[in-house]
Amino acid sequence: MSDSLPTTPEAVRRRAEAVAAKRRRQARPVVRQWRRTGLLTTYILFVLLPIYWLLNMSFQSNSEILGALTLWPSDFTLEHYAKIFTDANWYMGYVNSIAYVLMNMLISILVALPAAYAFSRFRFIGDKHLFFWLLTNLMAPPAVFLLPYFQLYYTVGLFDTHVAVALAHCLFNIPLAVWILEGFMSSVPKEIDETAFIDGYSFPRFFVKIFIPMIRSGIGVTLFFLFMFSWVELLLASTLTSTGAQPIGSVMTQTKGASGIDWGALSAAGVLTILPGIVVVYFVRNHIAKGFALGRT
Amino acid sequence: MNKVYNNRAWLLILPMLLLVAFSAVIPLMTVVNYSVQDVFDAHTRFFTGTEWFEATLNDPALQAALLRQFAFSFTILAIEVPLGIGIALLMPKRGWRASVVMILVTLPLLIPWNVVGSIWQIFTRGDIGLMGWSLRELGYGYNITRSAVDAWATIVLMDVWHWTPLIALLCYSGLRSIPDAYYQAARIDRASRWAVFRYIQLPKLTNVLVIGVLLRFMHSFMIYAEPFVLTGGGPGSSTTFLSQSLTTMAIGQQDLGPSAAFSLIYFLIILLVCWVFYTAIMNLQKDKQEKGA
Repeated sequence: MSDSLPTTPEAVRRRAEAVAAKRRRQARPVVRQWRRTGLLTTYILFVLLPIYWLLNMSFQSNSEILGALTLWPSDFTLEHYAKIFTDANWYMGYVNSIAYVLMNMLISILVALPAAYAFSRFRFIGDKHLFFWLLTNLMAPPAVFLLPYFQLYYTVGLFDTHVAVALAHCLFNIPLAVWILEGFMSSVPKEIDETAFIDGYSFPRFFVKIFIPMIRSGIGVTLFFLFMFSWVELLLASTLTSTGAQPIGSVMTQTKGASGIDWGALSAAGVLTILPGIVVVYFVRNHIAKGFALGRT
Repeated sequence: MNKVYNNRAWLLILPMLLLVAFSAVIPLMTVVNYSVQDVFDAHTRFFTGTEWFEATLNDPALQAALLRQFAFSFTILAIEVPLGIGIALLMPKRGWRASVVMILVTLPLLIPWNVVGSIWQIFTRGDIGLMGWSLRELGYGYNITRSAVDAWATIVLMDVWHWTPLIALLCYSGLRSIPDAYYQAARIDRASRWAVFRYIQLPKLTNVLVIGVLLRFMHSFMIYAEPFVLTGGGPGSSTTFLSQSLTTMAIGQQDLGPSAAFSLIYFLIILLVCWVFYTAIMNLQKDKQEKGA
């Protein structure tokens, strides 16, 4: 087909037919919509299938698990959940994990807020280098810090406490918090600060009364990320604790009994570690997209 | 934004600096200290200079682990980045469906890493796992404890399952920040689907993609819990990545000197790659500002 416009009636007709055929070949919007939904559903099935299998296992008795492969629990039982909620060894794992995660979130956000403000509003000697140094801590493999942490916290007498894990997780959580908060703070116009100072606000009062409410969603998203990275990390948490503050993750690795691995209890414990995440993500669902771009879109 | 030059900003940074220094600088100095000494016990130690570094760099097992690590990181990046962009394009933009899809897609990111390993261990076992069992029923002798290929493929699949959501959510947030007017203009111009993606969506995604690739590279380079739980590094050492070699060396064998030297080299490699990325981001932003001005 030539690009020049057709001149004879016959050519016009041919051109029109060609265009109509092209239209027919292209999927209509409804079909395209269905295709999109289909592809997305396939991906979500891929995401959910392993989780479903875990859920399925957690409701089966151990004999059913090892006996035959069943797609849904035919012998529905809550014994594994009952075991976790009645055995102090198990449920203290959750208490410990939640304790150090909350502590870490509190410490990180408190020190990160002023630091992020400084990075977003001021230039000062060494600011760029300091920021890069912070980011390098985000990149530090926990395995590198394993041994020194163990010795450091042992020496200062913090070994096997919640504080030790909370402080250790500050290594990557504080830089992350500073990074995300800096993005959110930079999107608040500086005129707001100036107006507040002209109105006679002192810095601390301005920060608490005006600035923090303005970046509420940013703080919510930051807390979500702090929760996420502290909750999922296990290597440091299990190395720095033995029995007093053991996280659920390392309790789970010790389910190997005399009769092999207790698959049912392991699955039930796994399911219970997913629940806090779902609760937390529900609260920030409207801001999370912006948060993932670290406030920089 | 025009920033004011003011050195009192250091006061705002100080508390953070002290805390991070306590959890980063002191331990790192310990590592540096160990890396140049041969420690027998608390009182006997010898200065060894660069001996441990040379030994580590020449260790074939560690070289193999490093190569494996690079192969792994690039494989998962090559799969996760295009897949993540695709998912982000498919995700609904508003309404209750957007929330539901968002929560479902985020789900794998919120599962503790060793539980991810457990989930896939259960899922892929030949006797009790859906995937392992199905593959065997289909006539493929799937076994991650015997076959290195199976183990490798399963770990890649697990990582794709676990981390594609991160790229997808990053891209999704990038896409949402494109004003509707751009799409309207494209419709008026009768731009094709591909042209819209290439000239409107992709340029908007570059920024978030750089963050995504950076985060993914970092995390894949530190991967520990998932393969440890799933395969334990085997069969043989076919899925032993750097983190695991290091942990075995430092905690298992208590080889302070070599493992400290190894730690430093490991850290430096990550730093080097990330520095390249960081410089790239900064230059991108500078270009943008110059264009905007």
